[in-house]
Amino acid sequence: MTTIVTENCKSCRFTDCVTVCPVACFHYDDEMLYIDPDVCIDCSACIPECPVQAIYEGDDIPEDQEKWIEINAEKAPDLPVCEEQMDPLPGAEERKSELGF
Amino acid sequence: MSTLGTEQDPLLVAIVGSGPSGFYAAEALIKSDIAVKVDVLERLPSPFGLVRSGVAPDHQKLKQAIKLYEKIAASPEFNLIANVTVGTDITVKDLCESHHAVIFTCGAESDRKLGVPGEDLIGSHTATEFVGWYNGHPDYRDREFDLSHDVAVIIGQGNVAADVSRILSKTVDELKQTDIAEHALDTLAESKIKEIHVIGRRGPAQAKLTPKELREFGELADCSPVVLSEDMILNPESEKELEEKSNVASKKIYDLFCEFSKREIDSSKTKKCFFSFLMGPKELVGNSRLEKVVLEKNGLSGEPFKQSARGTGETIELESGILFRSIGYRGVPIEGVPFHENWGTIPNEKGRVTDNDNNVVSQFYTAGWIKRGPSGIIGTNRACSVETVGCLLEDITKLDDGSKKSGAAAIYTILDSKNIRHVNYAEWKKIDAKEIERGEPKGKPREKYTYIDEMLSVTD
Ligand SMILES: Cc1cc2nc3c(=O)[nH]c(=O)nc-3n(C[C@H](O)[C@H](O)[C@H](O)COP(=O)(O)OP(=O)(O)OC[C@H]3O[C@@H](n4cnc5c(N)ncnc54)[C@H](O)[C@@H]3O)c2cc1C
Ligand code: SF4
Ligand code: SF4
Repeated sequence: MTTIVTENCKSCRFTDCVTVCPVACFHYDDEMLYIDPDVCIDCSACIPECPVQAIYEGDDIPEDQEKWIEINAEKAPDLPVCEEQMDPLPGAEERKSELGF
Repeated sequence: MSTLGTEQDPLLVAIVGSGPSGFYAAEALIKSDIAVKVDVLERLPSPFGLVRSGVAPDHQKLKQAIKLYEKIAASPEFNLIANVTVGTDITVKDLCESHHAVIFTCGAESDRKLGVPGEDLIGSHTATEFVGWYNGHPDYRDREFDLSHDVAVIIGQGNVAADVSRILSKTVDELKQTDIAEHALDTLAESKIKEIHVIGRRGPAQAKLTPKELREFGELADCSPVVLSEDMILNPESEKELEEKSNVASKKIYDLFCEFSKREIDSSKTKKCFFSFLMGPKELVGNSRLEKVVLEKNGLSGEPFKQSARGTGETIELESGILFRSIGYRGVPIEGVPFHENWGTIPNEKGRVTDNDNNVVSQFYTAGWIKRGPSGIIGTNRACSVETVGCLLEDITKLDDGSKKSGAAAIYTILDSKNIRHVNYAEWKKIDAKEIERGEPKGKPREKYTYIDEMLSVTD
């Protein structure tokens, strides 16, 4: 079982997810967030918080998003931890409505 | 000018309860840019609250949240004073004198009542008792559960009801390598229960468990999930609810129930777990012992997302000798702290405790289940405690009353004068190590101590 951040988080990064993560396992770069699978406890707390439904857990990962399992695992450990809510990236609100949320 | 919060004059905070909200409050204080000392008081010799004694033993991965709490506990600013009950062993007034601020993170340790006749019959239990018992909580160690009946009834369809039902549905083999308490595993090994009925007040579109938890019922070794296909027909309001894009979790749950309703029942499996909807208990019947549960059918009324269940008068009966009610928790009042009787919480504004007239009570703060009520999972408490600590730090100048506070030292003086045996974090680590050692030969992550005396004897 893994919980991952996918495509929809790109250029958006509302970071509502990080405030409820019990183990602070979200990491970030300039574009989006990634979950460190070695630290994540698969508690699903973050999933309903994401306004653009970018987070999926194990059995629910759509096939076209499966590549993100590896991307999260590879990127997260070397990036800084995101522990507190950050400001959304510029244009985040527009992207949110583009995505239909 | 106040020097509170500097190295010479650190802010002294007492935290009451060492569950997730207590640890996240400690973390937020320690990470802040002022100097603090945090003393966490816990009534048991073991820390971590419901992560240890609530979260199900077969969900070990969730218990790894403890790894983070261990890191917090390793900070020099952190101090655990366990095996001490605030309100009896030490008073709230004592804490106000020894510390600048007190944060109540003592959880919601009692249950809501069903309020139906027969609730107190032998065989009618709260989920709390059962959960505490299988998780080795000392308060519930000697409870007895008679699992010699065919049929068990669980009232409620939330996360806790799911845990109770799943533990009853699993085989010993599915449980024996978890940290379930030995006495519970022995009793469950003798269980004769064949049918587990999980009763929800509202429909399959309103069940409050997570898709992941529900999916587990489809993957049990010796138990089939049973859902009637006619129960899957929704009223237009519920259909609207499921169409809403943000309600994706409820849609997944509904789809899973539909999938269960289409399954052929696997006759090779001994147990069945029935999910029934739109029903509530009307009466528990029996001669001192529970024999029968009378359920009343419900109808839904109201707009989408605001639908409430009302009895229709039509009843059905289920013969059953054991029932668990899981319809919510409530807090236990602590002497000297405001308490909202109806909600079972400490009244507050963003974590600042308020009295009956909505005035902020100085020095008092609250976080976690006792602040918000018993909803939300482990991580929800992090955001909650961060909010509370934010308020506390804003108030820092008001918290300096000019008097010299002596913090933990004052507490130890009081406890020692009353001969109260307190447990520090290093002593807890000894208990922890012994538990892990005891579990090893059985392939369990740990074998918990379930009596306080046993725990204390290990620390000597
Ligand atoms: C059965 C069950 C299953 C759950 N499963 C999950 C799950 O799968 N995933 C998930 O994320 N969440 C789960 N939760 C929710 C999670 O456990 C809670 O959100 C969380 O524990 C609440 O934290 P808290 O700190 O407010 O309270 P608690 O964890 O209850 O901690 C309160 C602490 O205060 C102590 N205390 C109480 N009164 C006093 C006093 N007077 N003096 C000193 N100490 C005192 C208690 O002993 C306890 O240690 C579950 C809860 C239950 C009940
Ligand atoms: S809330 Fe969603 S979109 Fe925002 S940062 Fe988290 S995963 Fe990305
Ligand atoms: S599933 Fe839980 S532990 Fe994992 S990233 Fe989400 S909130 Fe954090």
